[in-house]
This record gives sequence, C-alpha cells and structure tokens, in this order.
Amino acid sequence: MTGMIEVRNLCKTFVTSEANVEALHDISLSIQAGDIYGIIGMSGAGKSTLVRCLNFLERPTSGTVEIEGSDLGMLSEAQLREKRREIAMIFQHFNLLMQKNVIDNICFPLVIGGMKKRDARNRAEELLEIVGLTEKAKAYPAQLSGGQKQRVAIARALAANPKILLCDEATSALDPRTTQSILQLLKEINREYGITIVIITHEMSVVREICSHVAIIGEGHLVEQGRVFDIFSHPKTAEAKELILKGGGTERRTLEGHQKELMKGKCCIRIVFSVNSSFEPVIANMVLKFGQPINILKADTKNVEGIARGEMILSLPDDRDMQEDMKTYLTERGLAVEEVNGYVD
Amino acid sequence: MWTSDLTMMMLEGIRDTLLMTLMSTLFGYLFGLPMGIALAVTDKTGIRPNAVVYKVLDVIVNIVRSVPFLILLILVMPLTRAIVGKTTGSVATIVPLTLAAAPFIGRMIESSLKEVDHGVIEAAQSMGASNLTIIWKVLLVEARTSILVGVTIAIGTILGYSAMAGVVGGGGLGDIAMRYGYYRYETLIMIVSVVLLVLLVQVFQTLGMRLSVKVDRRKR
Repeated sequence: MTGMIEVRNLCKTFVTSEANVEALHDISLSIQAGDIYGIIGMSGAGKSTLVRCLNFLERPTSGTVEIEGSDLGMLSEAQLREKRREIAMIFQHFNLLMQKNVIDNICFPLVIGGMKKRDARNRAEELLEIVGLTEKAKAYPAQLSGGQKQRVAIARALAANPKILLCDEATSALDPRTTQSILQLLKEINREYGITIVIITHEMSVVREICSHVAIIGEGHLVEQGRVFDIFSHPKTAEAKELILKGGGTERRTLEGHQKELMKGKCCIRIVFSVNSSFEPVIANMVLKFGQPINILKADTKNVEGIARGEMILSLPDDRDMQEDMKTYLTERGLAVEEVNGYVD
Repeated sequence: MWTSDLTMMMLEGIRDTLLMTLMSTLFGYLFGLPMGIALAVTDKTGIRPNAVVYKVLDVIVNIVRSVPFLILLILVMPLTRAIVGKTTGSVATIVPLTLAAAPFIGRMIESSLKEVDHGVIEAAQSMGASNLTIIWKVLLVEARTSILVGVTIAIGTILGYSAMAGVVGGGGLGDIAMRYGYYRYETLIMIVSVVLLVLLVQVFQTLGMRLSVKVDRRKR
C-alpha cells in the first residue's frame, strides 16, 4: 500500500565553505493517510531537516518525496506552491505575523490562496471556534500566551483544509500542561478531519501520548521505525532504548544515583505490561513460585498510543539459571522483557 | 532691523526646504525601496539569493554613498540641467538630493527587511506564498516599524543635505544662511536659519518616531 507520504532513499547534504555536512542519509519512510506519525531524535539528529524535506522547504540532495503519489521533485515552482497548500506546518516558535491580529493571521493562507476577504474571515471565525479562541480574534500575537499562539498557528494551518499537518517541535516551547492541551487538540483534529499528522519531537512522552507510528532518527540515519507500542515494549536499537529509558520531556524520571548504585553488578530487566497481563498478579506469583525476593527499582504507568501501560524495572537474584527461568516465566505471561544493564553505568 | 521682508524670506526658506526635503525623500524611496528590496531578497540569506545581482547593487550603493554630497552635487550638474533645465534653486536641488538619498535609503530598507524573523518567512513559504507575496505581505508589513524609523532618519539626513546645497545656490534655509549669514556676515539671519533647520529636524523626528511606535503591534 502506498502511503500519503512516501519518502524514498532521501539524502540531504549541506555544502558549507568548511565542509560538507551530511544531515540525512538514505531515509525511507511510508506514512499512511490518517496516521499520527512521530519522528523522534536527539537535537541535531536531522529531524527538522527531514520535516522540511516533506514540503520541500529544503530540497533533498537525492531521493524522492511523494505526497499522494505526486513526486515533489518533479513539480514546477508554481505547482509546488499549490501542493504546499495541502501540507500545512506549525513551528516551535509559532511564527505568527506579529503585526497582524489573530483573525488576519488565520486569514493569511486563504488570502494568498485567492479567497475573498469576507469568505476568508468567515472561515477564520469557524477555525477560531475549533481552537477555542473566539474572544481573541482582535488580539495581536504579542498579547497571547505561548499556548494561545500555538492554537492560532494551528487554526492558521488548518485554514486551507490541508491533508497533512507537519509539526516541527510544536510543543517544545510550551510548559507541560499547555503541551497536553495542544496534543489533545492535535488528536481531535486528526480524528475529526482525518488529517495526517507528522510530529517532530525530541520528547518520547509526546510520541507515546498521541502517535500511532514512530521513526527514530539518529545522526541523520533512520535507526528504527514501527508502531509506537512495539518500539516501546521491544526497542531494538541503542537509540530507541535510550529514548525510552530516559523518558524525556514532561515525565522525565531518570534513575537516581542511589538506584544506579543498587543496580551495579545486578541483572536488571525492564518489563512492560500489556492490557491482558494486568489481571494476574505476575510479580507476586513469581516471587512465590521461585521463593526469591525481587527488587523493584522503578514502576511507572505510561500513556502509550492513548492506553495506559505499566512499566517496571526489576533487579533479579544473582543466580544465572534463576534469572533465565524468571525471564522465561515473565515472557510466558505475555510481558515484554528486556535486559537494561547497559544503561546503568 | 528685522523687517517683514526678512520674515517673508524665512517663510519662503522654510517652504523651499520642506519642498526639497519631502520631494527628495519621496523620489528617494521611489528608487531606494526597490533597491533595498532587491538587496534583501538577493542576499545569500534572502528568499531568492543571487550573488551577481546582489554584488552589482552593493557596489553601486557603496560608490554613490562614498562620494561626498557636495561633490556629487557638482558632478551631476549636467544631469540636473537635462532634467530641470537649470542647476540652481530648490527644484534643481531635488535631483542630486534624490540621487544621494536613494542608495542610503536602499541600505536602510535592506537592513529593515533583514530584521524580519526568518521563521515567519518560512511559515509563509510553507503556505505556498510566492516570493512577491512574501515581499508585499510579509516583509514590508512585518518590517513597517523599522521602515518608518528609517524614513524619519532619511528625512533628517536629506534635510541636512538640502542645507548643504545652499553653497551652490540650492535654495531654502541653507541657501539663506550661506548668502546672508556667511557671505554678508549677518549673524542674526544665520542663527535664525539654523534654529529653524534644527526645529524642522526635531518636528520630523518626533512625528516619525511617534508614528512608528503607533503602528507597532508587537507591544501592549
């Protein structure tokens, strides 16, 4: 099945006077219509460049980007501008016109699209209602809070009825509570209007919260991609494990010094509970069965794809055979099990 | 010793100075605005980088700006005669004043437009705006406060230049100060002319700054 967005073998090299910097290397992605697709990576990983390649604000050095089957690289300037109307974008720093009031900001994409002023105004008022800012129509961006500015930016992005919404670190300048409300709004928009959303972020919590699929970018390479739940429970690469264990963002809970001390030389595992596994008291039963105490170093509930998932880090007894038996025991009960020793130094 | 004739002459002087200054500013922007836009747009960080166009404009602007105004005034006399028919008087002075002001205005426009947040330009591009739309509806609108401050500075500078033209019979208050104050040692007339020039600059400066603050929506 071809997706709404098909990225094939995309490379982007920036040529500077000192050196050629390869920002993206051989990235291939397929994003289906109606998805909320996360692209996550540490800062400098190339994710902002990647999202700019999706609407050709940056032209890839090689490789193709297809939106609904049309190859952006084959379009003329005018056709590309026309296509961009279907691919809206919101930004970390909102990028509103500071000299125009809220309603004129929302009208802007409509006016440049040739819509009559009165019609644009009516449409803008509709959008203000969707983002819940009707009373701020005449306000200027400088008078709004960060969250309100992002709502205006979202209304502006939706004005021309786009099929895709690209979000470049859209919540990174916002506090945790505002982030939540913006994420909820994005989710609503995705559900109500079926707009495909691509979210660029460095915060795992954002991806867990609303994304269905995720791609992990590290140093310009695509290191892992798939369903958010799969990657959350079975991260394969070091980058994925790091992002998941460090949590990131609003729920940042790294292991503290004394916990690290406790785990030194111990066999530690991370387990993730899926929905069905919560009926049985697994840990208690395991302790009873093996007659050995288990040290729970961390226990947490995280919202993954909108469903609460339990996550625990356990320290197992030193006996190697018993460790293996315990892991088997847990796996048999449908838990995702993985060793995390590498992250405790 | 101060006669009504002198008052009349001073009033005419003010009128001529205003005429020269405002007309030259107007014509200066007529040429300087497109020049400044072209400079901002074709620079390597602009929306349509073009090294050749930028360099050519850059050199022209620098050459004209580095010629002292008094020399420029004399250099372009043939052009002035061709356009106006004479080289003295306030109308004739508009020609060299415009020529001197345009590159200077171009530079100020360039720097005003470059102050516009790149993110806002990127947002407009992501909406499918053409470069022309970005110039008209983003750059010039977002930079309007800075552009108005520029106009204020331009008027002040051109007013000063217009007085300098008095040396070669340029007309206006500068001319009066030269003819009566300098050549005939009539200190009072010199002082009155200078005070009037100072007052004019003050008025334009105050009005310009007030207006630029008034149209700025980034505060409050």
